[in-house]
Amino acid sequence: MKREKLDRLEQEVTARLAGLATERLADALVIHVGVLQLLQTMTRLRDDIAFDFKLLVDLAGVHYPERAVPFELVYQLLSVHKNHRIRVKVPVTEGELVPSIAGIWSSADWYEREAYDMFGILFSGHSDLRRILNDYDFHGYPLRKDFPVTGLVESRYDEQRGMVVKEPVRLGREDREPYRRFP
Amino acid sequence: MEQRKEFQNYTVNFGPQHPAAHGVLRLLLELDGEVVERADPHIGLLHRGTEKLLEHKTYLQGLPYWDRLDYMSMMSQEHTWVLAVEKLLGVVAPPRAQFIRTIFAELTRILNHLLFIGAHGLDVGAMTMFIYCFREREAILDMYEAVSGARMHAAYFRPGGVAKDLPEGLVEKIRAFAEDFPSRIDEYETLLTNNRIWKQRLVDVGVVTAEAALDLGFVGPMLRGSGIAYDLRKAEPYDAYDQVDFDIPVGKNGDSYDRYLVRVEELRQSTRIITQCLDKMPEGDVKLPNFKISIPRREDMHSGMESLIGHFKLVSEGFSVPPGEVYLATESPKGELGVYLISQGGAKPYRARIRSAGFNHLQALKTILPGHMIADVTTIVGTIDIVFGEIDR
Repeated sequence: MKREKLDRLEQEVTARLAGLATERLADALVIHVGVLQLLQTMTRLRDDIAFDFKLLVDLAGVHYPERAVPFELVYQLLSVHKNHRIRVKVPVTEGELVPSIAGIWSSADWYEREAYDMFGILFSGHSDLRRILNDYDFHGYPLRKDFPVTGLVESRYDEQRGMVVKEPVRLGREDREPYRRFP
Repeated sequence: MEQRKEFQNYTVNFGPQHPAAHGVLRLLLELDGEVVERADPHIGLLHRGTEKLLEHKTYLQGLPYWDRLDYMSMMSQEHTWVLAVEKLLGVVAPPRAQFIRTIFAELTRILNHLLFIGAHGLDVGAMTMFIYCFREREAILDMYEAVSGARMHAAYFRPGGVAKDLPEGLVEKIRAFAEDFPSRIDEYETLLTNNRIWKQRLVDVGVVTAEAALDLGFVGPMLRGSGIAYDLRKAEPYDAYDQVDFDIPVGKNGDSYDRYLVRVEELRQSTRIITQCLDKMPEGDVKLPNFKISIPRREDMHSGMESLIGHFKLVSEGFSVPPGEVYLATESPKGELGVYLISQGGAKPYRARIRSAGFNHLQALKTILPGHMIADVTTIVGTIDIVFGEIDR
């Protein structure tokens, strides 16, 4: 985004959303919002004609294990008519309920499910907070920094039991030799 | 007295192994007779954890994963990644590289829209389209191969430029293709655009108003089909898009037919862009002469120690990116493909969040589908042009 445009947007934000911390990056404007003001701020950002953020582009979770407040939700908003963007960041502690913004933008529905699936962030007022990308019986939150990239379990078909079983990941090769099972 | 039986709604599993599900879509449809009452898409069957993997790879190693997101428009995905990394590094690719990337991004758009028209035609019953479209797709895949050695997963765009310069003769080949292609589009249009069956199946099916499209987070041709002229190539031009002239087609009614027309027109506009880029493309470097970021020239490596060490360091350790964060989006054929990239310094990203267009388009199924006949489900699944690689990531 162009600098003049960002300047103008920053002025509007300070004028109309008083008391919120803003941060100016090289090519973006970030506002930091607490969980309690989230709904009110988001509604304002969508409906106020100076902002006109009619499109929720993205919702990303980020995990900072070393911070006191370990999670951060990053909302990317876009106005297609004014052609400007803003980034809203919400710090979230473990187990804290974040109000769902699916009532403001319907597209938030799956984004919030994904944040729950990947980070275990809970949303209040969400109609259908299930896992979305991971398996139905998945355990753990894969995008947390303490989750290993290899995963925790691996599945294989067990001939004796005649079903797919899940076992802890073993990266050794001896049990994976495919030809040994055949006489 | 006549005995009356009460019928309840019944639930149908559409997919994941259904030829019209475009991959691994599992769609739970609650039907009342032949009318869809409720739709619940289940995704994730192709989830490969790309975001997690990107955190454990260097920026260069992460690049090929982007090909595999939307595996039907490969180079467009790379485009987002290389631009985001370049922005974090604070570098700009040399002009020739920018033009090459623009040409290939537009070829990729043609590639993608050809698959869309072909597969959408197949869904609705126009078998021939698929074969016609794959004929031209093959020509573009040959260009991919000429330039990178791989037909599909090219890994051709690199932070700081492209991997190699265009091989001899390719410019003429692309130009010949761009000259010939509009007549091929006419051919597709004679088959579909005024075809009565095609119109009966598409017109007024899956109508999305402009307001609903924004609320549902639509981007790209889906948003333009609903009448909003928003295109990142114009709104936030990147690479050489500010130096070429093209139009943004916009739909009127927001139905499946409009979205088809928008995409067909985009094919023509892409051809225009390619021809202009070929005319304007300057000579010069195709990657940054800063060999801390781009891989040194092969001939230097044969004679110079520094280049050899630089090459080794680049492909093993990777280049360091200063701390910062960036959200960067490009207009991929399916819409806005963004990446929210956080670097805390070092050679690997701290977090790379992929924002794919198809994710929102697919979740809109639960809003669009209710009230439609079950035969329209394939039309609507086809019109949103889904590829599961980018939805499941």
